[in-house]
Amino acid sequence: MTARTGASLRVVTNPQPPIVPSALLGMLLFLFTELMLFSGLVSAHGIARGSALLWPPPGQPRLPVEETALNTAALLASGVLLYFSQRAYRRDRKSAQPWLTATIALGTFFVVFQGVEWVALVGEGLTITSSTHGGFFYLIIGVHGLHAVGALLVLGMNWLRLRRGVLSQSTFAAGQAFWYFVVGVWPVLYWRVYG
Amino acid sequence: MATAEVTEHHDDHGHHDEGFVKKYLWSTDHKMICFQYMFTGIAMGLLGGFMAYAFRMQLAFPGASVPGWGGVTPADYNSLVTNHGTIMIFWVAMPVLIAAFGNYLIPLMTGCDDMVFPKVNRLSFQIFLLSAIVLLASFFVEGGGFGGAWTAYPPLSSKPEYSLTPLGSSLWLVAVGLEFIAFLLGGINFVTTTMNARAKGMRLYDIPIVVWFIVIASILFMASVGPLVAGAIMLLFNQNLGTGFFDPDKGGDPVLWQHLFWFFGHPEVYVVLLPAIGITAEIITTFARKKLFAYKTVLNTAIATGVLSFTVWAHHQFVAGIDPRMANVFTISTLLISVPVAEMIFVYIATLYGGKITLNTPMLWALSFIFEFMIGGVTGIFLGASGSDIYFHDTYFVLAHFHYTFFPIAIIGSFAGITYWFPKMTGKMMNDTLGKLHFWITIITFNLIFIPLFVLGAAGQHRRIYNYEHFPDLAGGWMQDLRVLATVALLVMLAAQVIFFFNVFISLRNGKKAGNNPWKANSLEWVAPSPPGHGNFAELPNCYRGPYEYSHPDREDDYWPQNEPA
Repeated sequence: MTARTGASLRVVTNPQPPIVPSALLGMLLFLFTELMLFSGLVSAHGIARGSALLWPPPGQPRLPVEETALNTAALLASGVLLYFSQRAYRRDRKSAQPWLTATIALGTFFVVFQGVEWVALVGEGLTITSSTHGGFFYLIIGVHGLHAVGALLVLGMNWLRLRRGVLSQSTFAAGQAFWYFVVGVWPVLYWRVYG
Repeated sequence: MATAEVTEHHDDHGHHDEGFVKKYLWSTDHKMICFQYMFTGIAMGLLGGFMAYAFRMQLAFPGASVPGWGGVTPADYNSLVTNHGTIMIFWVAMPVLIAAFGNYLIPLMTGCDDMVFPKVNRLSFQIFLLSAIVLLASFFVEGGGFGGAWTAYPPLSSKPEYSLTPLGSSLWLVAVGLEFIAFLLGGINFVTTTMNARAKGMRLYDIPIVVWFIVIASILFMASVGPLVAGAIMLLFNQNLGTGFFDPDKGGDPVLWQHLFWFFGHPEVYVVLLPAIGITAEIITTFARKKLFAYKTVLNTAIATGVLSFTVWAHHQFVAGIDPRMANVFTISTLLISVPVAEMIFVYIATLYGGKITLNTPMLWALSFIFEFMIGGVTGIFLGASGSDIYFHDTYFVLAHFHYTFFPIAIIGSFAGITYWFPKMTGKMMNDTLGKLHFWITIITFNLIFIPLFVLGAAGQHRRIYNYEHFPDLAGGWMQDLRVLATVALLVMLAAQVIFFFNVFISLRNGKKAGNNPWKANSLEWVAPSPPGHGNFAELPNCYRGPYEYSHPDREDDYWPQNEPA
């Protein structure tokens, strides 16, 4: 009833600015799907691990937990740098550039470090077919690595736009969301896969 | 990706004299993308119907040469049923109901000129088309198309020595994966456009139910598809790289695939149900000239259904060796989900009650949707209860049950939407007599196909058998008669679709001009010209009220368009 009487009284006002800008909302929806992808992978890994008698299976090399801890720190640090880049962007757009450069550099370091680790592990006999342990390791870490590369490409495009002075707040926010996702999901993967 | 599109958005308008390619194949216009999805979906639907024809002929007349196909071998049969299911769900129900209607209706009903990311939208269809081509290509590779059922359970799907389709099964997975990317991109557009691009004055509760339902369906799809993509990658690796994720010999678990598949597979039912039931809401309010009963309740019910749909998946796996205590939990959640769905049906009946009902073609489709879907829902209770499911599992009872849900959704829902919005899409009225003839033949034959299959299933007829002559208990007498009845009904139904295509053709040529608002409906798409041009509205409309203000007591007209100031 109230809706009915209210309907005739309503005055059309100018639309409010959207609560979440479109570019960021689109990215968040994409990341929500990806979050469910990682949930699927991690729970599948948990089931395989939970039903195995020994984990990692006998005869399989152990994962480089300590080295990866260092790499985890590098990745988390890149997230912090990106936060500072955003803060600098709000004050003065140009001053965000060095922070963003550092973020991308640390992110690239993370991906390269993972690649070097993979080469070493393959040398030690852990391959995608050597056991479910190896299969899940390369699958989950590989999917994360692909997301890291994708997010770095988006940040790279942001970097170019920033240098040309055409980087909008919402586009930058979408790029940041992607990188924060890559950073944020990693500790869970590190805990579940390496731990 | 999505980020780059925003700034270029507005440049897309204003090019009016494009060439054929730009206009029909490379368009970013949401209406053209709707037609692309719809034509592809209808073409795939004809293919899926042809497959049903081939294997139903084999079941009714085992061993006979099927006109247009030839002899159906066991491998053919497996491939036909697998791809019939896959095509009807992923390449008919999804593209027509969500992608085509979502694309057409969301910008028009929310009163904006196009999707927020038009180029992402174009990419969505292109990936979808590619996925259809990959699926079609899989029929022509060595070993033929995938034959491990649309659920693709390993080890049948993962080992070529069991499936006998070394390439077909991988191409099938790739096609399904590409299709998911297409719908993810489409869904991002649907949600973002509905949230950020609505007409001035349109509040959340002024959005038409069908738009809300497509948005909720898109979000359900996004939430459920991730685990299946994870499973699909693992299955693809099992097939091609020799990993053993689902192989007990190598430390894997075959039931794991079933969990990943059905975690997606069950919400998927609601992903396609919600747009269809939303289309029904628009039609019954328009043709009963009544306000939708309890708009907010319907909306909240749909959200509740969506949430509950994530808790029911293991009712597909009662015989897969899951813990019986677990089965109890899933039985309870499955029976619970019938409550919100039943509530929606009650709400629709309450909307119809006391209305001035016009029984034209779209209304007949909408009403039949409610009643046919109800049969699907009621028979689902037997399957949701783990005790009776153990008897019914993998019989034709299951098959008839899900055809009573999917046929109303994919076929009745699509015809309801097409006949209702045909005047808007084409500017011409559809012939109502031909429409009703097509409706009645389709509905009667539909029931004649699947009621016999309920009976056969209850008598113990197993699903995955290509020739019942090998099973003396199931072969002769009344059981074979029912099989022949179902097949003959299918033949009549397929033939009756000619009436629909003829009707479309004749109405496009000779149909009466529709005008902007032939049904005297309220929502904003009826403000736009029929068919809407590039940019949809001459002037973007403002919105003053909800979409269901029919027969308002203070007004002479029995409708009150959303854009009309008080």
